[in-house]
Amino acid sequence: MPVLALTGIVKRFGAARALDGVDITLKGGEVHALMGENGAGKSTLIKLLAGLMRPDQGAVTLDGTGVALTGPGDAAALGLRFLHQELQVVPGVSVAENIYLGRAIPSRFGLVRWQAMRQGAAAALRRLGLDHIDPALPMARLGAGDQMLVRIAATLVEGGTPWLYVMDEPTAALSQAEAERLFAVIAGLKAEGAGVLYVSHRIEEVLRLADRITVLRDGAVVARHDRGAADQARLIRDMTGRLLEQRARRGDVAEGVLVQISGLAAGALHQLDLTLAPGEIVGIAGLAGSGRNAALKALIGALPRRGQVRLQGVALAQTPAAVWAQGVAYVPRERRTEGVMPWRALSETLVLPHLRAVQRGGFLRRRVEQVLVKRLSADVRLKARAPSQPVAELSGGNQQKLLFARAMAGQPRLLLLDEPTRGVDVAARFDLHDLIRGMADKGVGVLVASSDLAELIALCDRVVVLHQGVMTGILPAAGLTEAALLAACYAGASQTGGQS
Amino acid sequence: MIGRLLRSYGTGIGILLLIGFFWVNLPGTFMTAQNWLNIAQQISMLVVVAATMTVVMVMGDFDLSVGSMASLAGVVAAVLFGTGWPVWAGVLAALAVGLAGGLINGVLVSVVGILPFVATLATLTMQSGLAFVISGGKTLFGRDIPAGFSGFARSGVPLWQAGEKWVMLPALVIVALAVVALVWLVLEQTPYGRRLYAIGGNSEAARLAGVRVTWLRLTAFGFTGVGAAAAGLMYAARVASANPVQGSGLMLDAIAAVFLGMTMSESGQPRVLATLAGVLVLGVMDNGLTQMQVDSYLRDIFVGAIIVLAVSISALGRRRAGAGAGRGRGNFG
Repeated sequence: MPVLALTGIVKRFGAARALDGVDITLKGGEVHALMGENGAGKSTLIKLLAGLMRPDQGAVTLDGTGVALTGPGDAAALGLRFLHQELQVVPGVSVAENIYLGRAIPSRFGLVRWQAMRQGAAAALRRLGLDHIDPALPMARLGAGDQMLVRIAATLVEGGTPWLYVMDEPTAALSQAEAERLFAVIAGLKAEGAGVLYVSHRIEEVLRLADRITVLRDGAVVARHDRGAADQARLIRDMTGRLLEQRARRGDVAEGVLVQISGLAAGALHQLDLTLAPGEIVGIAGLAGSGRNAALKALIGALPRRGQVRLQGVALAQTPAAVWAQGVAYVPRERRTEGVMPWRALSETLVLPHLRAVQRGGFLRRRVEQVLVKRLSADVRLKARAPSQPVAELSGGNQQKLLFARAMAGQPRLLLLDEPTRGVDVAARFDLHDLIRGMADKGVGVLVASSDLAELIALCDRVVVLHQGVMTGILPAAGLTEAALLAACYAGASQTGGQS
Repeated sequence: MIGRLLRSYGTGIGILLLIGFFWVNLPGTFMTAQNWLNIAQQISMLVVVAATMTVVMVMGDFDLSVGSMASLAGVVAAVLFGTGWPVWAGVLAALAVGLAGGLINGVLVSVVGILPFVATLATLTMQSGLAFVISGGKTLFGRDIPAGFSGFARSGVPLWQAGEKWVMLPALVIVALAVVALVWLVLEQTPYGRRLYAIGGNSEAARLAGVRVTWLRLTAFGFTGVGAAAAGLMYAARVASANPVQGSGLMLDAIAAVFLGMTMSESGQPRVLATLAGVLVLGVMDNGLTQMQVDSYLRDIFVGAIIVLAVSISALGRRRAGAGAGRGRGNFG
């Protein structure tokens, strides 16, 4: 089995040390998890491996021989393959074409040999046990999970022999079922002798998959664990350096009706009936395609909807602008494409829905705006250089905090949160959960759609289960287990609790 | 170091080099107050078109129909003057035609959802044809153009006396500066402008954050239409005539000016004051090369080369800056 060893790696950015003498050894046939908060140095390490940056000090050896990683080509030649959470696929063309993207396409006299290409793609998919994906299908017809698996299959038709897969938050955009399929593929790769460097914030996944765990904090390795040697509490303490106690659940929810939803249908969602009390946090669980995300998009007015929705007795408006104006705030699922203005100052993303509050007589009041930006950034402990910093320069977790801060400003009556802590580290997730509960305590109603069932159980008062677009039950979160919730998501109406 | 300087101030340095070049080669005629007032007068129409073009380019859109709208507005005004309309009524009517044309573009782009390139190319052609129909394909001049109209272009605010004559700040320049000031206020100081920039930054994100994207795009094209019509009127007043093709050069120059301006801003976004600098580059080139009696075809080649040069430096610089941003990101993890 090949062994890639990094020793004494130092990487500086100006005065700051992103990596401060890191040793890590990656072996074939092994899943090695890399954990740490946002800013701990995980991304820097991955970029060094990919050859996108060079270390200031330290050595990289493959089976004892020194190697240089000076460009993406070097990493590929050494058998390293990278899978990022933001997928690079071409949705409009077939699976087979995506698999051969950027590689030697089978051709004769300059013409594509479609048959050979499809067969090659099918062979690659079969090697991973992915018989359910048809290489002739357009990529856009596949879910995010299958697209990820296609990307893995693509690494098999490349030249060279890949043996080490670097996966950066691979399950962030996947449903539970898709994640399971990925885990099966990882097990298959491992059995063939390939190694995986698995970077994730999801502790449960790491505990389940990893043969070894390395934890980074502030650019240094603070802990190494073998399989079975660590538990959740230990990993959290390693990553954060402090003990985070899950906050006690709040008491009873106030009486009354804040939102009344009846017969809501939009896109993949066919039927949702729900009454939300002021200060109540209700989760929406369901597999991908269950209408989980369509529900929130429909409520904010971004999808045409049928059915009745009343907010404190008043019919909810039909466009995002009007719905925001009614006191509803929204955190979208895809922060990069639906949330932020990547190359504009972060303050502009932050203030955008609240421009009315910082103007007088039709003109912006810069001073008022600055005060607002400063307050919101502090509320979520945003790590940024200045309000004028472009959003694209922030880490994913900080971009998420930005959208969160934006949603909480302006005293909303209802918060719609779609995957609110996606790509956010443990400590920040606790902070965000705390903020959500704080809003609820003030009487704000919260609807959370999440693929992270543990999060839903920890955060919510009740959890709505959607199955193929139809609400099949509402479960009280108290006493609910992940297994039970997952079973409900799969089962449809038969096994879930009664309708409310 | 030099790279960073070029990137940040390249266009600014370019302007200074350009001015220096003409100053040396045209001693005594280029660097005079009168010549600068001439330049200002020459570029005033382009300033108006480019400034209002900036409004749509902020959103990542553009408008190819400004040139034909300028021609159409001039012709409409001249025809109305010919039938006895008073100056103010003819001017207002022509501006209304500009607003209508702009809003039609806006509807096609934002409500119907046609690409700006296709939509405004189509309206360009239609407006151009309409200008020919209305004018009968002729140049309208003489009695069709009232003195009160063309006189405005020759009037101005007296600045100081040079010998017998007064040096005047031309009225057209004042109009152009007023338009720039207005566009600056709208884009930089109002929620409306901020929302336009948000649409340019990420239109879907803007929509989900409660920006009325369809309505804003529609109205923004209205600015461009009115600006084009105003420039057409200014042109007609200046030459005391109107013909159905006289505005056609404005479109490419206006878009070029905005692009030149975009090279001056850190993040490559259109800014109206930068657009003004872009127009200045084109105006100074035109004025200087004409005085040096450079053939006008050669002038076109120079102008094109300058645009390619400026935008290339900026694009290469940004690619490098982008790599730097990536490095910064690593710091956050």
